[in-house]
Amino acid sequence: MNDMAVIVVGMADLKVAKHPDTLTTLGLGSCVGITLFDRAKKIGGMAHCMLPTYKGFEGQNKAKFVDSAVIELINQLVRIGATRTALVAKIAGGAHMFGRSQNSDMLKIGERNAAAGLAILRQLAIPVQANDTGGSHGRTIELDIDSGALRIKTVGAGEKFI
Amino acid sequence: MNENEMDDIVINEAYMDEFGTDDIIPGEISDNNLSKHLDVFKEIGNIGAGHAASALAGLLDRRISMSVPEASVLPFTEIVNVLDGPETTVAGVLIDVSGDLNGYILLLLSMEDAMAMVAQALHEEERDTTDPGFALTELEKDTLLEIANILVGSFLSAITSFSGLGATPTVPQLAIDMFGAILSIAMIEYGKIGDSVLFLKTQFNDLAGDINGHFFLIPDYNSYKILLNALGLDE
Repeated sequence: MNDMAVIVVGMADLKVAKHPDTLTTLGLGSCVGITLFDRAKKIGGMAHCMLPTYKGFEGQNKAKFVDSAVIELINQLVRIGATRTALVAKIAGGAHMFGRSQNSDMLKIGERNAAAGLAILRQLAIPVQANDTGGSHGRTIELDIDSGALRIKTVGAGEKFI
Repeated sequence: MNENEMDDIVINEAYMDEFGTDDIIPGEISDNNLSKHLDVFKEIGNIGAGHAASALAGLLDRRISMSVPEASVLPFTEIVNVLDGPETTVAGVLIDVSGDLNGYILLLLSMEDAMAMVAQALHEEERDTTDPGFALTELEKDTLLEIANILVGSFLSAITSFSGLGATPTVPQLAIDMFGAILSIAMIEYGKIGDSVLFLKTQFNDLAGDINGHFFLIPDYNSYKILLNALGLDE
């Protein structure tokens, strides 16, 4: 048996891992966390993205943008043995941390990030098994690369598995 | 190459049209514009903190001194550790700014520092913020917003007098949540130009303990250009 490792995915970062490891990202706000999981092979990946698309930002860190991060995640997962067509997704984050703002176009980015995540997964025909986006609270997420359960921790809004 | 691999995945145009932004010119401004001119931001911080210290002294009815502010441009990977990590509960006050400059100023305080200032202003006992049942009362939240408003207003007036640009603060809002989650607002805007965030740290002394205020200026993309221009930092 290997020792289990908890692998931390930073902001604008993505990582892939195999059973029995756990992937986690801390303090998601308006950013969106996207996880992909191959249940049969017990391989998973997680991305912590800040903006919807790399259009206009070509050449920058792929993990920062929802679309380029999902593509990169798929490529890395396939490279370590996952089956492309077996991947299923879960998505969390995309909060509106200060909901009452007047001048809120900048703050609606959370909603746009979540919508972009769903749109790109639909386009790539990856089923979205669970979605915990929106609201006005931060989230820490943990993907168990055994069951595929995604644990969501918050400050004041409890803890759950999706 | 693994036949499963999809190095040639193409994102369709409809997605780009819906989620793309047209006002970003790649490489037009970068983290370097900020790093090269930290002294100017430090001076803005110094004037702002000076105003803030006297305003705070009036509000809290005691002498307040301050240390020389630090101005830093920190990469995303480091900024998240400024207040004990991305999951730590902190108090964040966001103030909208509009005028020649549009965007936000975000003030972040540790819960302990927020409680210390509020207790001082209300002449009450400081409670243990690490207690699992700890929560600020509505009166305490309003007081914290008022204090933050004064501190941020002092910084904003330093920026406007330095740059000659007009900007008015409105509607302070409070969030008590994970540091990373609150800071994501600043990081996302700075993410459009690079992988670092500009922030100013000021220490106010002579309270029950020293209070550290972390100020993040978050101009929108166009205001960012206007601000760098007005400060003569666009080279």
